[in-house]
Amino acid sequence: MLGMNAKDTMLFVVVTLMVLLAPILLNPFPTDSAFSQFNAGYPALMQRFVIFGILVIGFNILFGLTGYLSFGHAAFLGVGSFAAVWMFKLLSYNIVPAIALSIIVAGLFSVVIGYVALRRSGIYFSILTLAFAQMMYAIAYSDLVGKMFNTIVTNGETGLQVYLDDPQILYSEGDPKLPHLFGWEMNDSFTWDVGGWSFVFQNGYYLAGICMLIAFYISIRIFRSPFGLMLRSIKSNQQRLNYVGVSTRPYMLTAFVISGMYAGLAGGLMSAMDPLTGAERMFWTASGEIVIMAILGGVGTLVGPILGAGAIKYMENIVSTINDNVVRGWFEFMPDGLADFMVTIIHPFIGKGWHLTLGLVFMGVVIFLPGGLVELGQRIGGLFRRKKSSDTPSGATKPAE
Amino acid sequence: MSKSNFSRRGVLKTGAIAGAGLALPTYLRADGHSGYTNAPGDSGTVTIGFNVPQTGPYAEEGLDELRAQELAVEHLNGEGDGGMLNTFSEKNLQGDGILGKKVEFVTGDTQTKSDVARASAQSMIQKDGCIMITGGSSSGVAVAVQGLCQEAGVIFMAGLTHSNDTTGKDRKANGFRHFFNGFMSGAALGPVLEGEYGNERQAYHLTADYNWGWTTQESIQAVTEGMGWGTTETVLTPVGAGDFSSYIAPVLNSGADTLILNHYGGDMVNSLTQAVQFGLKDKQVNGKDFKIIVPLYSELMAAGAGANIEGVIGSMNWNWQLQDEGTKAFVKSFGEKYGFPPSGAAHTCYVQTLLYADAVTRAGTFNPCGVAEALEDFEFDGMGNGPTLYRGSDHQCFKDVLVMKGTENPTNQFDTLEIVDQTPRAQVEYPADHPMFGGAEATLGTCNPGA
Repeated sequence: MLGMNAKDTMLFVVVTLMVLLAPILLNPFPTDSAFSQFNAGYPALMQRFVIFGILVIGFNILFGLTGYLSFGHAAFLGVGSFAAVWMFKLLSYNIVPAIALSIIVAGLFSVVIGYVALRRSGIYFSILTLAFAQMMYAIAYSDLVGKMFNTIVTNGETGLQVYLDDPQILYSEGDPKLPHLFGWEMNDSFTWDVGGWSFVFQNGYYLAGICMLIAFYISIRIFRSPFGLMLRSIKSNQQRLNYVGVSTRPYMLTAFVISGMYAGLAGGLMSAMDPLTGAERMFWTASGEIVIMAILGGVGTLVGPILGAGAIKYMENIVSTINDNVVRGWFEFMPDGLADFMVTIIHPFIGKGWHLTLGLVFMGVVIFLPGGLVELGQRIGGLFRRKKSSDTPSGATKPAE
Repeated sequence: MSKSNFSRRGVLKTGAIAGAGLALPTYLRADGHSGYTNAPGDSGTVTIGFNVPQTGPYAEEGLDELRAQELAVEHLNGEGDGGMLNTFSEKNLQGDGILGKKVEFVTGDTQTKSDVARASAQSMIQKDGCIMITGGSSSGVAVAVQGLCQEAGVIFMAGLTHSNDTTGKDRKANGFRHFFNGFMSGAALGPVLEGEYGNERQAYHLTADYNWGWTTQESIQAVTEGMGWGTTETVLTPVGAGDFSSYIAPVLNSGADTLILNHYGGDMVNSLTQAVQFGLKDKQVNGKDFKIIVPLYSELMAAGAGANIEGVIGSMNWNWQLQDEGTKAFVKSFGEKYGFPPSGAAHTCYVQTLLYADAVTRAGTFNPCGVAEALEDFEFDGMGNGPTLYRGSDHQCFKDVLVMKGTENPTNQFDTLEIVDQTPRAQVEYPADHPMFGGAEATLGTCNPGA
């Protein structure tokens, strides 16, 4: 369907269903149960799942396909969000111009940065992108551009937000005072109470989800296209391509710009969901997080980025909110001493210790599942599948000789 | 080049599915209207959210805030000795929760990042059904979370945030700040500095390069220049620089005789320590002893800077050494539970939680608009700062400000700062449309009950 082979179509349909039904799938525990803490089906977190999914899908086109590890991808996310918030401030809360501009601006930035950084490869490329990203972070954090023109561009540490006295020249009476798509408010939601559960379907989430599906579709087409094949060959042996007479740089630059625009789209969507942005979105730890997401999910796979983004955002938002009182609630049935013991054991891994949990999971994945969560899925799938005659997964390639 | 095999049937099928997907949320529209966001309804409990930095540069302050907030919940639910409930001028809280509902809380980690703080606050509002969010240890985060609470329709009781902007140009109808601000620091420090150091000094500013640093420097500069001091130079330093020696060396030969460090947290500990290592404290310039001033003090910073802080003057919102009944009651119950005295950050979060509970009780509802109305122009006492006013026009608390000095001969590990002066409230007041607070354009907007 739509130019995809049967296997990819299947994958796409599964991802589509997961995105559409996420508010239900991610809320497995009834609201009043002790384990409702683990529910992730609330709009703000689901939005992050899909938005970071877009970001890492784009990053994967560069890192997974082309083999270039960009360590400054958060910079494009940042300029995308700033562009979107500026559109809100100047035009109106309609998200269409905001998201369009955020993609364009991120694209322009990635042309410039890519043009310079792609002159080097390997670790030097990573360091160059990191340097550019940190430079942009510093400029945004101290609002150097704004200071130069004696105005506000990024608003420094406080972050850029929309004020009541902003021009908003396209605003007309009766428009919502929050981001909307032609009057369709991002924050509006419908709550479906059934049994002990309460499922929230929010407009903003579905908009971001549909954007992710489009981004995912484009990524599938790129993976399967001759262009994708060229990127793959750059990853496996760029020198040989050069000897054959292929100029690789235009391909790499295109991949870099595409992934930059993905990041811009993610940034624009983040602003559309929550019209405030700050420079810390561009900090190097944010870039590092993107790399970790890609590796955790499975580099170079189609669905890996989405899984990786989801896993990290889940830890950040769910594990960090578990505190000792909550843990004590789980072990209530145990005798006091034993319950206290369990709380003491779990204590370092929850709340402020969520980084520790993340670190352990990441180590476990890198050591035992080099292919990321996708490999885990394949192994589990392999246990239940009948042995077929060695049919290699479509992503794997065999050496030519 | 590219394989294109769009079949008519394929496009129709996909189009139909996509269309249905797009239409689904529209079909499922219309929210249940219960009057306001997260109304507790008939349930016997009410949930509030403690959104504090548990990791990152301000984690120490954040964890201390969390301790105080947990203590406040205990007291509201009638456990423990009641703390400040016994000294608070309003007697509506009986230790049976808020409006008879038991108080429960959820916690989150802001990491001192606006994005993370907002994500955490959203989770509290959307997932845990919080009716109020409190905490925070940085002005950037406070402004960001305050904006979010305004949009979502819950009350935000700000924790440690000292920038003028929180209740200045970024003030919001659903946001309230008990902590003091940069302007008040300046107004309180002015007379003390004039008394101690005269009015013929040359000040050199090192300022943390972000919103809080700028507003603090602006406020202090206005006051010192107003009493006749000159300003030799103002230098912006990056946040988290670690090494300030390249910024401090030029001070030596600048002709300035006073160094003003508009730094906070670890930055202030580093810059002060290095300034002392450079021998600034023992220097003589223009025939006067060289002096160092730190506009915003905290116990945690004082502990970090150790002996370097001796004789250095700064300002504070509250200190555990105060001798009024409210302070004594709070320090006693905090000390009994945790074994050390509370910091100023802990105090402000504890008080904010109690003030919210009291406002709900007086309003008779959890509706943010009712609560806001109850807090506006509310006069109270017995919370450690003397008679205090929650001003309605900008949601800023007005109370006495403490001027502190690093103890010369500390007697124990908690004895780091001593109170020099308690600047009366009248002296730190300012009009709500003051130019440093966004001028006449700054408005609260209208209160938003959400849903």
